[in-house]
Amino acid sequence: MNICLYFQVHQPFRMRKYSVFEIGNNSEYFDEKKNREIMEKVARKCYLPTNNLLLKLINDSEGKFKVAFSITGTAIEQFEKYAPQVLDSFKKLSKTGAVEFLSETYYHSLSYIYSKEEFKEQVLMHERKMKELFGIKPKIFRNTELIFNNELAGFVEEMGYKGAVAEGADHILDWRSPNYVYKAKNTKNLKLLLKNYKLSDDIAFRFSERSWKDHPLTVEKFADWITKSPGETINLFMDYETFGEHQWDETGIFQFLELMPQELINRGVSFVNPSDLLAFESKDEIDMHNFVSWADVERDLSAWIGNSIQKTAISELYKIGESVKETNNPLLLAEWRKLTTSDHFYYMCTKWFDDGDVHKYFNPYDSTYDAYINFMNILNDLTHRLNADNKKEVSFVVERPSELLNKR
Amino acid sequence: MRVLMLGWEFPPVFSGGLGTACFGLTKGLNNQGVKVTFVMPKGPSNLKGEYVNLVVAEYLFQDENFKIKRIDTLLSPYVTSDSYTKEYVRHSRVDAGTSLLYGRDLYEEVQRYAQRVKLMAVKETFDVIHAHDWLTYEAGIIAKKASGKPLVVHIHATEFDRTGGNKLNQHVYDIERMGFHQADRIVAVSNYTKNKVVEHYGVSPEKITVVHNAVEFESYNPCKIEKKDKIVLFLGRITLQKGPEYFLFAAKKVIDKDPDIKFVFAGSGDMESRMIDMAADLGIARNVLFAGFLKGEDVYKAYQMADVYVMPSVSEPFGITPLEAMKAGTPVIISKQSGVSEVVNHVLKVDFWDIDDIAGKIISLIHYEILNKELKEHGSLEVKKFDWNIPAKKCLKVYEELMR
Repeated sequence: MNICLYFQVHQPFRMRKYSVFEIGNNSEYFDEKKNREIMEKVARKCYLPTNNLLLKLINDSEGKFKVAFSITGTAIEQFEKYAPQVLDSFKKLSKTGAVEFLSETYYHSLSYIYSKEEFKEQVLMHERKMKELFGIKPKIFRNTELIFNNELAGFVEEMGYKGAVAEGADHILDWRSPNYVYKAKNTKNLKLLLKNYKLSDDIAFRFSERSWKDHPLTVEKFADWITKSPGETINLFMDYETFGEHQWDETGIFQFLELMPQELINRGVSFVNPSDLLAFESKDEIDMHNFVSWADVERDLSAWIGNSIQKTAISELYKIGESVKETNNPLLLAEWRKLTTSDHFYYMCTKWFDDGDVHKYFNPYDSTYDAYINFMNILNDLTHRLNADNKKEVSFVVERPSELLNKR
Repeated sequence: MRVLMLGWEFPPVFSGGLGTACFGLTKGLNNQGVKVTFVMPKGPSNLKGEYVNLVVAEYLFQDENFKIKRIDTLLSPYVTSDSYTKEYVRHSRVDAGTSLLYGRDLYEEVQRYAQRVKLMAVKETFDVIHAHDWLTYEAGIIAKKASGKPLVVHIHATEFDRTGGNKLNQHVYDIERMGFHQADRIVAVSNYTKNKVVEHYGVSPEKITVVHNAVEFESYNPCKIEKKDKIVLFLGRITLQKGPEYFLFAAKKVIDKDPDIKFVFAGSGDMESRMIDMAADLGIARNVLFAGFLKGEDVYKAYQMADVYVMPSVSEPFGITPLEAMKAGTPVIISKQSGVSEVVNHVLKVDFWDIDDIAGKIISLIHYEILNKELKEHGSLEVKKFDWNIPAKKCLKVYEELMR
């Protein structure tokens, strides 16, 4: 049996509270203070201690222990700005040769759905960043929040990727096991590595849940489950912030991570990296006609573009994409791209309300509606600047109310 | 189960949320098979003629589970010491017998009301006494002593809410405090109110059960409204507690940005004339309209006419009006300093003092069409879960626990 660990590292640029009265007068969009505080906190609780632990585990196992990451561009920029020592420790990990980095959109965006051209540009930006930081070219692609479908599979194969990671959702797999390598439909031979969500979530979500029948989760118990599983590889994909941030130090998550590799190695399990799995024979072809993601029970796009405020905000954003690029103003483009980060739309999700499950998500806003208003105010300012840049006369939503009213 | 319920207003003759709440709760209890005898002050008929007719209430509750008992008194809802004295003086002029019938000041009148309730308490049979807000607390205590039955006091507002914490009326505070301590159980309309009572009145939190209000689903036919202007509505008593000046300051900011938006005050109260002056001083008199006190279907029409409903209350124990607005399909902005903000999601929430935020949200709701639409749709769905049977069941559980 093989085990493939892959961690997602991401931090968005959170927006500051931006009032409608600032439109046209203030172009500070992001909350420097909050972003710094969060980065410093997560670096202290998660990134630094976990990176150190992984480095030790790799060294102790003489390279038998392996792990893969994808780090978003927005996270990297914030490491550079607020926590450069985290970047150093990733570089150290990279030098061991046991760590693989995957590719994704630089801004952790939903660009594939709204603009393939922008998607390609963001993926290439991320590739350049990986080259610059670690001197590597990723072979495996992962899309934002494991959003994936057949068409995207073909698109990234065309871009030169040999494999991709995706969610091992029940409705996609049907009777099949996620513990094999598959081929994606609509591709010549793009290998699909599917997340084993049950075993992944045992660590990421249930580890400290006292009401869970298997609490507390010991490495012995977990190793039993792994070795008793059918198939060839168990893909454990999760947010890197699981370690120390979602599951606090006090839960014993670090001890678990520390003891797990040796326990598994002793039982004959091998750690592999995603690109090692490219050599595996495809068990079957997987058809993902509709978009699949790793979010929520629905495993679809409803967390980001499920309601009409989300859809409006995102389509308004992409509408001005072309014009932003035409200005050749790099600052404007970078800010527009920071708005493409999927988190901004996640904050506008209302589907929790009706389940009464409001506490389930972390949201810098009091309300999802506040998230929409803030986003739209900022987008309006950006549009304003854009038009000023193009020196064109504009119809601008807040400054021309009477026009809007007549339109109805 | 029989309940002696002590209230002070009941539809269609009421001037605020208390009457609506008593009406809904009584109806809900009735659905649970609880027999309610509702005792309320009956003002003299010349008191704006408002206490003449109780047809709707009697019609709705014509089955024998419900009785309304009216007691002659000059007490009216939201009475203050000053306004009582004025009413007393006015009444004496037209009726020479006033001084024999009614107390010379508010507190004497409260006492007299309590004595009358005592007479009733001896005659009626019931298992629990349920008293709503401070004017009825003394009556509740006396009825408890006379009958030996447990007393539940129901807090819809405290003196801290009415005064915003400044210039508390010590006498009212003392009555409230006594009511809370003499009661066997307390029902508060929100956690917000529960915390206030624990903090300011030294009541143990275990004694307090939170029962959020609901909204009555009697529906009016949607009316077609022809209008050109975008309308932002304030509906409620124009008093310090309701934050009317924050509404006006926000209006000023909005109008500076968009001079086409109109602001409407629907309601009356002791700050009304100040608001009229203030609108003029701010130079926005043209955009601010005063519709006066609205009743029944007119209230519903006002909600429907509005593009945004704002409840900027400084301290709102619950706040039923936002639910009514949501029911009418109007997006709402509510103050976080309210009980209702604990239980609704599809609304915009603000701090009452944050004028920039209120103004920004008004503009957003008018200009971001999809936001308006989303709140309209989800709000009118969400409000359906506020059924009076739910609070009624919670009150029934409190009664049952007391009788064990």
